Amino acid sequence: MNHIPEIIRTIPLSHYVALSSALFLIGLLGVLIRKNIIIVFMCIEIMLNAVNLLMVAAASYRGDSAGQVMVLFTMAVAAAEVSVGLAIIVMIYKNLKTTNIDLFDQMKG
Amino acid sequence: MNPELILHLILWPPLAGFLINGVFGARMPKWLVSTIACFSPLLSFAASVAAYIQLAGQATTVKLYTWFVGEGSAIVDFSFLIDNLSIVMLFVVTGVGTLIHVYSIGYMSGDRGFHRFFAYLNLFVFFMLLLVLGSNLVVLFAGWEGVGLCSFLLIGFWYDNLEYNRAASKAFVMNRIGDLAFLVAIFLTIYTTGAVSFADLHDTMTNDVRINDPAYVAISLLFFIGVCGKSAQIPLFTWLPDAMAGPTPVSALIHAATMVTAGIYLIARMHFMYDLVPVTQLVIGITGCLTALVAATIALKQNDIKKILAYSTVSQLGFMAVALAAGAYITAIFHLVTHSFFKALLFLGAGSVIHGLHGEQDIRQMGGLRHKMRWTYGVMLVGTIAIAGLPPLSGFFSKDEILTAVHSHNMGFFIALALASAFTAWYMFRMFASVFHGAFRGKNETWEHVHEAPWSMRGPLVVLAVLSLAGGLLGLPAITGQSHRLYNFLVPAIVQPKISASHAFEYALWGISLAVILTLLVICFKRYGSSGPSVPSVTPSFFERLLVNKYFIDEIYERLFVHPLKIAGSWLMHRGDYGIIDRVVHFPGKVVESGAFALRNLQDGKLSSYLLYSVVALLIFLTLFLIF
Amino acid sequence: MDKIFYILAALTLIAAFMVVISRHPIRSVLFLVATFFLISAQYILLNAQFLALVNIIVYAGAIMVLFLFVIMFLNLSRDLERFASWMPIAAAGISVGGIGLLLLASYRGAQISTDTVGNYDSGLVEQIGEVLYRDYLFPMEVCSVLFLVAMIGIVLLNRKERELPAKLPLP
Repeated sequence: MNHIPEIIRTIPLSHYVALSSALFLIGLLGVLIRKNIIIVFMCIEIMLNAVNLLMVAAASYRGDSAGQVMVLFTMAVAAAEVSVGLAIIVMIYKNLKTTNIDLFDQMKG
Repeated sequence: MNPELILHLILWPPLAGFLINGVFGARMPKWLVSTIACFSPLLSFAASVAAYIQLAGQATTVKLYTWFVGEGSAIVDFSFLIDNLSIVMLFVVTGVGTLIHVYSIGYMSGDRGFHRFFAYLNLFVFFMLLLVLGSNLVVLFAGWEGVGLCSFLLIGFWYDNLEYNRAASKAFVMNRIGDLAFLVAIFLTIYTTGAVSFADLHDTMTNDVRINDPAYVAISLLFFIGVCGKSAQIPLFTWLPDAMAGPTPVSALIHAATMVTAGIYLIARMHFMYDLVPVTQLVIGITGCLTALVAATIALKQNDIKKILAYSTVSQLGFMAVALAAGAYITAIFHLVTHSFFKALLFLGAGSVIHGLHGEQDIRQMGGLRHKMRWTYGVMLVGTIAIAGLPPLSGFFSKDEILTAVHSHNMGFFIALALASAFTAWYMFRMFASVFHGAFRGKNETWEHVHEAPWSMRGPLVVLAVLSLAGGLLGLPAITGQSHRLYNFLVPAIVQPKISASHAFEYALWGISLAVILTLLVICFKRYGSSGPSVPSVTPSFFERLLVNKYFIDEIYERLFVHPLKIAGSWLMHRGDYGIIDRVVHFPGKVVESGAFALRNLQDGKLSSYLLYSVVALLIFLTLFLIF
Repeated sequence: MDKIFYILAALTLIAAFMVVISRHPIRSVLFLVATFFLISAQYILLNAQFLALVNIIVYAGAIMVLFLFVIMFLNLSRDLERFASWMPIAAAGISVGGIGLLLLASYRGAQISTDTVGNYDSGLVEQIGEVLYRDYLFPMEVCSVLFLVAMIGIVLLNRKERELPAKLPLP
């Protein structure tokens, strides 16, 4: 049943590019202006998802499964990253009793 | 024994002694230090005797290896020349050197730097051997610099005295002036002749018949400037009296017997060139006469026993220079040898007096010492008569020969030298009478402790006294009917006509000099024998002030050279060094430093800042990616 | 159909923006979940059903639960965050704006390829499974190792540290 999805016929790929770019920038803005490290972390997830979206769109437009497999890997890595990152955050909180990144000022060599 | 083995035996023992005493001396007992120190030059002396017997007057060159190959055809070998001239110098250096080493055992016995002293002394002997044995100008120069270094080290031996350090620096700096000229002369020699070894130079120059060739004049004058530095001729002589800051054996060995005669040796070695340049000979003659006269007159008014001897050395070196100027090279060497005997004797005797008086050097504080120091008195008498020139002691014959040679060469020089030798007799008798005759003028308790030197000091004194007595036998003048042994020995090495004069002239010279010297002897003993040198009068005459202040030469140099140089130096320091060089050098450092300070604020350890930086970096990289 | 896309896109952006500006962490998390769901909807539109499901399970399910759990665990839900002063916000705005401009500039010059491999059923489980286990078998295995490592790391991180003896005897 090899039919072209309707969306591919009606929406140009560049719109997906614009959407994912906008998502990426919103995530980036959040990373820069938020102080709660957990929120910062969530914004990073938004950025990852923006990239994922672009990749899936491109793969679909090309009709190529390899791109979607890549997204699968990205999700796997993101899951691992989130679990480790949150563990680290919990440890930091245990030591510093805060999640405000402005107070994380000991990263000097 | 083959020549190479002999050479090794001559050359290396003093260096070995230096290394052993220098490295391990501090931990060795004194008897071991002194044994090693004395046996190393003694071994060299024995090897020199072997060379004298074995080589029998043949000039032998021993090449160890090729040092370096210069531009063009000049090949500089590390090689050595043993001919009769170097054998004579070897005897002087190792023979007198050994005696002075032995003497030093007693003289330096109480000194903290005992092993250091002997290490330096051995090093000096090594460099001196390098100097007299070198078969080319470069090896000779290496030795020349080396003895300069040892001289510096030994003048400043008591380094905790600032004044002594100044004297050492002065000697070094004045020698540098001469050494620079020497070096330029070597370059010029290589440039004009393409040769550095004495044999090659000899071959090149004896075939050359041009007289006063400008290149040769330049080279010979530059060499003579080097000689002025090393052999303390006007205008570079002022370092030698100051060099008396060193221990007395040093004054005897380095600043009387050996090192300062290196210049005389150099010109004798290069005699074939000086024969070609009468202009330079004239310059040498005038300089030598001036030196002999000026130094002798200064010595008339000095009161420091070592200063008197120092000026006397300068004056005698002037004599030798004039002999060289007259083309009487062998005569100069003859006087060099006898001078090394009696001047070493006088210095060592003076050292014995100073030792006996616990460091007193002022002859106004002495007198009457003949009662307590009989041996010293005896040997000093021999030395004084020898330098004053009474027959039949060594100084008489050599000085007589110089006067004879100069007489047939240039009358003006003759008069100057005759005057200078009269002055010589005067200041020597003045010193001798003041030290040993009359009543003691120092403190009573000093007198109580005056003592004769130990045997290790007396032994060398006696040997030197015998040498001063008999040294004249080396070169008896023709009228005695004897052959001139030194002349016959040196003629293969130095080509020079025999010095001769009419019998009438010889007798006249002998008679006059004898009369003058004896008259001076009587006058001096009358004037100074009882009361010592006169106290300076309240209103000294112009001439007296001139002499006491050594013609103000040091002051003139101070005004003329040192002061302007200091001003220029400080100007350059402030404007050039601090102003330009330091600024240029510090500028990159300042930039990096301030940049680092600015950048340091970026590393504030805040996670939020780092996030921002990484985004900015992304921005920058994206921009670059877009542009390129 | 195109209307659905635009509505979804607008909702996605709004939800994401709300994540950024919500002062309450729990609200941020909930908006984030909404964002993920909206993105999954986009995947379905793109005929990538498998990824849409995985996205919901992994992100909206596992990861969001983790976030919520941590926030609850640290009891952060009550302290409202004060936003930064104007300086960092200005800096952040300038940076983000700069990057946006740069992205825009780079898209303008870019040629978006319209080549197709031709199989528009590529997003189905069958196709993905085929590619994954045929071409990407090794990376997948490496991925499992990555999870193992992450797991060990987390266990180690949260292990209670044993008290060291005050003074170790010197050898």
